Amino acid sequence: MRNFLKNIFSYLDSRFKLSELAELAGKKKVPVHKHSLWYYFGGICLFLFVIQVITGILLLLYYTPSVDSAYESVHFIISQVKFGWLIRSVHSWSANILIGAIFVHMFSTFFLKAYRQPRELTWISGFFLLLVFLAFGFSGYLLPWNKLSFFATRVGTDIVGTLPWIGEKVKHFILGGSNVSGATLPRFFWFHVAVLPAVTAVILGIHLVLVQILGMSKPVGLKESEVREISFFPDFILKDSLGWILILALIGVLCVFFPWEVGEKADPFASTPLDIKPEWYFLFMFTTLKLVPAHVLFLEGEMLAILGFMIGGLVWMLIPVLDRNVSREKRSPAFSLFGLLVLLYIIVLTALSYLHLKL
Amino acid sequence: MAHKNIKKNVLFLSSLSILFLLPSFLFAQASSCIACHKELEEELLQPVEAFPLDIHNQVGLGCESCHGGNPREEDIDLAKDQTFRGKPERKDIPKFCASCHADVNYMKSFNPSIRVDQLSLYWTSWHGQLLKKGDQKVAVCTDCHAVHGIQKGTHPKSWTFPWNIPETCGRCHSDKEHMAGYKISTTQEAEYRESVHAHALFDKKDLSAPVCNDCHGNHGAVPPEVTSIAQVCRQCHLSPGKLFSDSPHKRAFDEMEISECEACHGNHRIDPPTDEMLGTGEKGVCAQCHDEGSQAFQVASQMREMILDLSGKIEKAEDLLSRAFQKGVEVSDPRYQLNEVNTLLVMIRDLTHGLSLESIEEKVKEADQKAAGVISQGEEALREARRRRTGLVITLIFIFLLAIGLFLKIRRKTKK
Repeated sequence: MRNFLKNIFSYLDSRFKLSELAELAGKKKVPVHKHSLWYYFGGICLFLFVIQVITGILLLLYYTPSVDSAYESVHFIISQVKFGWLIRSVHSWSANILIGAIFVHMFSTFFLKAYRQPRELTWISGFFLLLVFLAFGFSGYLLPWNKLSFFATRVGTDIVGTLPWIGEKVKHFILGGSNVSGATLPRFFWFHVAVLPAVTAVILGIHLVLVQILGMSKPVGLKESEVREISFFPDFILKDSLGWILILALIGVLCVFFPWEVGEKADPFASTPLDIKPEWYFLFMFTTLKLVPAHVLFLEGEMLAILGFMIGGLVWMLIPVLDRNVSREKRSPAFSLFGLLVLLYIIVLTALSYLHLKL
Repeated sequence: MAHKNIKKNVLFLSSLSILFLLPSFLFAQASSCIACHKELEEELLQPVEAFPLDIHNQVGLGCESCHGGNPREEDIDLAKDQTFRGKPERKDIPKFCASCHADVNYMKSFNPSIRVDQLSLYWTSWHGQLLKKGDQKVAVCTDCHAVHGIQKGTHPKSWTFPWNIPETCGRCHSDKEHMAGYKISTTQEAEYRESVHAHALFDKKDLSAPVCNDCHGNHGAVPPEVTSIAQVCRQCHLSPGKLFSDSPHKRAFDEMEISECEACHGNHRIDPPTDEMLGTGEKGVCAQCHDEGSQAFQVASQMREMILDLSGKIEKAEDLLSRAFQKGVEVSDPRYQLNEVNTLLVMIRDLTHGLSLESIEEKVKEADQKAAGVISQGEEALREARRRRTGLVITLIFIFLLAIGLFLKIRRKTKK
């Protein structure tokens, strides 16, 4: 048996140069210090993305992207298909945990100043990955064609429509018409399973290549004596996989005790429910739009808020360029404070929405 | 040059406005009726305060439309000219209102589909007949519709809006002093407010629930006699009415001159019907006529047993499905089937009015089969919930063993 496995390995090794790859991975070092726990969130994001791909492909076996049968097909998956309830719940829960992990990964990268030279492009590609995964969440939310997702999509796309000059055109393109309709669902499906995965493959590829080439960043101001190194393979990967299987256990518990419900089928002729809300990761923006006055000077409040988010996003993406001190390996407390304020803003406004205040 | 033109245009427009607005200023004088009555007190002030909301005011009618006179004259003697009719006597109120409301041509100008038979119906009512005999305590138009604050029946503040009608009728019919001498009870309103109909009207805001006038009529209000009570109920409850008419009860009730529906369900205080009403228990209504041990008594017991048994099965199925749902199992299909069983139960309860044991047995059999199917699906859903939890425990054990193995391996490597 051992000889048989050896033969297979040597067959593959002579063709794929596996020994060289293993040697290279062994030579690659990962710094270990008091903040190195945050390094594992990148791996967790990747692991959850793989779960998304696998469960998504399985759901495609039964899902039908049409207004007449989308809801029914999801209902069929969770009630008739063997383990269908589990696959759908894993897909939905891991999608939400993935977005949460991306936020943790992004803010840990920010506070450890890992975006500094030469890792600016890693940060920027990561920022685009955040946008892509938010788009995954938005497009996937509508696919079961239930009441909540239908109206949340309507509210979300109405907000896009308030953008100056291009708003209505963008909204029309996203929806395939002036409102959420039969034309919208196949469009969101096409976006969710074809466009976004292709875009993700490219950006994620760039992001991972950059991480491998440039390695992990050490926090600014950490003394050499406070940092030691371990090999990427197998030491770091072993620790990474421990995190992965614990996340898997968490998803299993959530799926069994809180399986993702399908809710009521969407009724386009019904009035919008009063307490309609988007998914949790859009809530801070949603609450902002509710709090902003109808008019600020000569501008519409909603439009101003959206422009604010766009400018804020641009500034966030260009942080590596703006933070000059840190690129010279000096501390930049002003940027740390800025990041802290952004984080607090997101947490407080999200919490406000859950507290059922009359916003 | 341009400045001059603008000036010219402004002058022209101003003159045009004055030309058109002047006549309306001249003719839009305040009514002298209102001007005087505003200065008066209590009863004579009331019309001025109430009239702005009155439907007559809203359609453009004024004081003179009912009371005559000339409101454009400021002098009281000139205002009360030969057309002045003043306040009608109570006995004349129906005719006073009907001078317009019974005039088809006049009323059409306000609403082409409005009824104009109120007065003729009123004379057929007890109220009208007693008024004709000189009893001025009975209700006239203004007792039910108000005097100067009359609102459309569709307005929720109107005295004749469904949820205000019990109070409107009760103003006289619940007043012991007022009703003394008529030899009728004064508890109808209080009893009605306890009924299933009042629950639907006041608690569920179901405006189709019957109020006083739906059973007794409105302008032609006459208390239904024994023979017509069932027809009153049949206006809404068609199916039990038809089943009852075809049942052996119909002939028996007619011979004994017993009112049909009222005999078991009551009149003003109609409680929500329960399964306990059927059969021989404490709340059973059959025992009012049937002796214990009689064949009818046994049939009633059998019907009740079947219904209670089916209700128990529905409760059991509901409990199973709720528990499975709480444990995260999808049960919308069996829930849908359970709704069908519930519909069958409603039909079976309805069939009891026809007294046919065979037709009830047939429906019960159908419902039993469906309920059994739902119970079995509920039990399977609970087994599925248990399987999921067992599967999770096994998987977690496997995952934690793997995690411990990994942890030990990492620790050993770190020590090295």
